[in-house]
Amino acid sequence: MRKLLSLTMMALATSTAFAGGYRVSLQGQKQLAMGHTGVAVVNSAEVLFFNPAGAVYLKDRFTASVGGNALFARTKYQSLENNLRNSTENTGTPISAYIAYKATDWLSVGLAVYTPYGSAVEWDKDWDGAHLVNDIDLKAFYIQPIASVKISDQFSVGGGPIYVSGSVNFNRNVGRSVADEQGNKTDLTIDKSGVNAWGWSAGFMFNPTDKIRIGVNYRSEITMKARNGSATVNQVPAYLSDAPTSPQDIVLGNTTFNANLPLPAELTAGFSVQLTDKWLVAVDYNRTFWNVYDALIVDFKQTPTSQIPQSVNPRNYKDASTYRIGVQFKPNEKFSFRAGTYFDESPVQKGYFAPETPRNDSVGYTGGLTYMITSKLGVDVSFLYLHFKEINASYDHYVEDGNPNVSFGGTYKNVVFSPGIGLSYSF
Amino acid sequence: MKMKNNKFIYLAVLAAVFASCEPEFDNKVTNGSYSAGEADFSSYVAIGNSLTAGYMDGTVYRSGQKYSYPNILSQQFALVGGGDFTQPSYEDDVNNTGGFLLGTTPITATKLIINTSTGGPQPIAGVPTSNVATLQATAYNNMGVPGAKTFHLLAPGYGNLAGVATGQANPYFVRHATSPAATVLGDAMTKNPTFFTNWIGNNDVLFYAISGGTGVNQAGNTNPATYGPNDITDPQVFAGAYSAIMDALTSKGAKGVCATIPSVTSIPYFTTVPFNPVPLDAATTAALNQGFAQYNGGLQLAQAGGLISADEAAKRKITFHAGAGNAVTIEDESLTNLSALGIPSYRQATAADLVVLPASSFIGTTVGGNPLQVNGVSVPLADKWVLIPSEITAIENATDTFNTTIKTIAASKGIPVADMHAVLKQLVTGIASADGQIYKAGYFSSATANTVVFSLDGIHPNARGYAIVANEYIRVINEFYKAHLPYVIPGSYPGATILTSNN
Repeated sequence: MRKLLSLTMMALATSTAFAGGYRVSLQGQKQLAMGHTGVAVVNSAEVLFFNPAGAVYLKDRFTASVGGNALFARTKYQSLENNLRNSTENTGTPISAYIAYKATDWLSVGLAVYTPYGSAVEWDKDWDGAHLVNDIDLKAFYIQPIASVKISDQFSVGGGPIYVSGSVNFNRNVGRSVADEQGNKTDLTIDKSGVNAWGWSAGFMFNPTDKIRIGVNYRSEITMKARNGSATVNQVPAYLSDAPTSPQDIVLGNTTFNANLPLPAELTAGFSVQLTDKWLVAVDYNRTFWNVYDALIVDFKQTPTSQIPQSVNPRNYKDASTYRIGVQFKPNEKFSFRAGTYFDESPVQKGYFAPETPRNDSVGYTGGLTYMITSKLGVDVSFLYLHFKEINASYDHYVEDGNPNVSFGGTYKNVVFSPGIGLSYSF
Repeated sequence: MKMKNNKFIYLAVLAAVFASCEPEFDNKVTNGSYSAGEADFSSYVAIGNSLTAGYMDGTVYRSGQKYSYPNILSQQFALVGGGDFTQPSYEDDVNNTGGFLLGTTPITATKLIINTSTGGPQPIAGVPTSNVATLQATAYNNMGVPGAKTFHLLAPGYGNLAGVATGQANPYFVRHATSPAATVLGDAMTKNPTFFTNWIGNNDVLFYAISGGTGVNQAGNTNPATYGPNDITDPQVFAGAYSAIMDALTSKGAKGVCATIPSVTSIPYFTTVPFNPVPLDAATTAALNQGFAQYNGGLQLAQAGGLISADEAAKRKITFHAGAGNAVTIEDESLTNLSALGIPSYRQATAADLVVLPASSFIGTTVGGNPLQVNGVSVPLADKWVLIPSEITAIENATDTFNTTIKTIAASKGIPVADMHAVLKQLVTGIASADGQIYKAGYFSSATANTVVFSLDGIHPNARGYAIVANEYIRVINEFYKAHLPYVIPGSYPGATILTSNN
C-alpha cells in the first residue's frame, strides 16, 4: 500500500514552469499563500522544505501536509518588426508532501517530497523561433529525508540528503531553413528520463524571543547529468542522412546524447514575527545561484550513421534574488487567512532571453486559507497570481553558418495563475 | 434569491480572475498595427524581368515562383488593404523542374540542383512539362518577364507564339500574353495598378556581360530592331523606353517604386571562378613554357619592330610555374592585332579579368580528347569565357548611365527608387540582416548553405535573396509613403535544392 502510494505520487509529480529560470515556487499551500515565505515560520510540516531546522519546534508529535497545485502558465510572443505572433499555454500539477515526526523532545525526523524545478513550454511547431525551441519539458522530483535537532529553545539545526529524479524532453529545428525534400523543417528531439542525482539541504533557526524567529536555509546545487539519452532526428533530407561528401557535410541520424543541467543552489534567510496571538508576519530573501547555468551543452555520440556536432547554447544566467513577505491572520481555531507578495528577479541577462524559458522579472500575489475540519485535520487552499511586465527581449547567440550572434527576439508577456489545495493532519 | 445573487457574483469574480490570466500586450500586434501610409495596394502590379518573375536556379519553377519578391511583398501588402496578387500559372510544371517545352522539344533547361554524388550544380533530371504553346492569355499582377529588356515591354508581338522559333518573341510572355499582339506593359495596365514596382533594365546590359562581352555596345544606334540578344542598349533607347513605361504606369495616378540595375560584375557568375585556378606539375610546366616560347619570342620581335609597346609585350608574355595559382590563358580582342605576323591575341588573365561561372566546367577540359590541347591552358579561352577590363568598363558605364536615367525619370514622376545597385555593392562586403546574420554575394558552398543568397545560376537570388530584395522595397515604401509594413526574415527562407542523386 505504501509502495503504491509513492508510485502514484511519482506519477502526479509533474511540474511546469514559471518563476525565474526554471525554478517553480509552489512548495506548500500554507506558505505559498504567505508569499512563499517560510524559512522562519513554524506552521506545519511544510517547514521541512523551507527550513528543516524548524521541524523540531512543531508542537505535535506527528504532522503531515500534502497538496497540489493546478498551474496555468501562458506566454505570448509577438514581433511588430516581422508581424509574428505566437503563444504557449501549459498546465501542470506540481505536488508536495511533508511528514514530520517528533521522535524525542530534541529530535524530529521527516520526509519531504517536492518539485522545485521544472519547465514546460510548447510553441507552435515550426514557429519562427523553432530553431531555438519547439517544445521543452523539464522535470525534477526531490525526495528528502530530514533530521531536525533542537539545541535549545532558542536554536535548532536541520537538514538532510536530497535524492533527485528528473527527466528532460527538448525538441527544436536543426536550422532556420533546413528542411526535407517536401519542405518540412528538420528537427531534433533529445529525451531522457530517470536522471538521478544527490544533493542536500541544511538550515538553522534562531528564536531570540518567543515572538520572533530567524531562519537560514541552504539547498545545494544539484547537477542533473543526462547520460545516453535518446537523440532523434525527424524529417531529415537525404543529403543529411547519407554518408558525408565534404568536410562540412554531416550525417544527421538517431544517436544518444549527454548533457548536464544544473539545478542551482538556493540560500534563503528570513524572519517572522508573531505580532499578536492572531497576526504573524514573515519576510524571506532568496538568493539562487544561477550563474552555474553558463551554457546548455549537448554532446551527441558520434557513430557511422550520426555525426551531430556538439551543441553549445550560451545561457550566461546570473545569480538572482527573490524578496517575499507574507502575513497570517488566525481569528479562531477554525480559520486561518493568509496573504503575501513577492518580487522574483529573473536570472536571464540581456541578449540571453531564450524562448525555452521566457521568464522575466515578476511580482507574485498570493492568498489562501485553512479551514480546520476537525482539530486535527485541516484543508488548505491557496492561489497564486504571477504578474510579469511585458518585455522586449532577444536571444542573440544562435549559431548559423559560423556566425555565433544570430538573434531572435520580440515582445513577450507571461501570466501564471495557480490555485492549490492541500490537507494538513497532525496529532 | 439573495443566495442566488451571491453565487452569481462569485462566479463572475471567478471568471474575471481566470480571464485576467490571459496575457495581454500593451500594444497587441494585429493587422491594424500596420498601415499603407500614402500608398494604395489594392491593385499591385510588378513590372520587370527574371528578377521580378521569381526566376532562380536557371529557370522559373513552380515552388521557386512562390518566392518572387513581388509575391513576398504582396503578402505584406495584404495586411494593409492589398488585393489579390496573381502570378503566371506554373500548374503545368507538374514535376517542379522548371524549363519549357515547345511542342515536344525542350527549349530551356530544368532547374539547377546540387548533386552531392558528383559535387557540382547540374540541371535536375527530367524533361520539362511546361509548354510554351499552352497559352494562358491572362494578365497577371506579376508581369516580370524573364529575358525582357526595357524596350521589349513596349514591343507588340513579344508574346506571339509564332515568334518564339525566330527569337522575336519571349516564351515566358507568350504563355500569358492576352493576345499575340499584346505588349507586356499593355497587359500590365489592364490590371489598373494602384501601386507598382518597376525593376526593368538589367538585361539591357546583363546579357552582354553574361555572354562574356561577345555582344556589341550599341551606344549610338537608336534602332533596337537591329540589336542582337547580347548587345548593350543605347542610352537614348533605354531612356525613351523607360520614360514610356513610367508614363503609362503613372498615367492614372498610381504610386510605386522603381529599382536600379545591380552591378552585374559583382554577382557570383563573375566572381566565383578565379583568374588563376590552374595547378601544374613541373613536367607540364616545362612543356607549356616550351610550347609558348615561340609566341613569346614573336612578341619580342614585334616589340623590337615597334608594333607593340614594351608594356603590351610584357602583358602578353605567357609563362607558367610549377604548383597552384597559374592564370588561365585567354584571347583578348583588345590587344594589338598581330595576326599578319602569325601572332595570335593571347595573354594570361589577371585579377582585372572576370571569368564566367560556366568556365568552371570548361577550364581543364581537352579539345577532342587531346591531352596537349587543354582549354584555358594550352588552348586560350575564347572571348565568351572572360570579361576583360574594357568590357567591364563598358558594362559599368552603361549600368551607371541607365541608373542615372532610372533615378531621373523616377524623380520626375515623384516615384522613389530602391537602390538595388547599392544593395548588391553592400552584399559584396556583407549586409547585416536585422537578426545579426551577415549575407554575402558568394556562390553556394556547404559552409554557407544557410546564408547563401544567390541561386545556383550565380545570377539570380534564391528565395532568401529575394527576401532581402523584398525588405529593401519595404524599407523604401515605409520611408517614402509613410507606410508601416513588417519586414520578412531572410534566414527562414530556403536555399539551394540539394539531392543525393540526379537520375
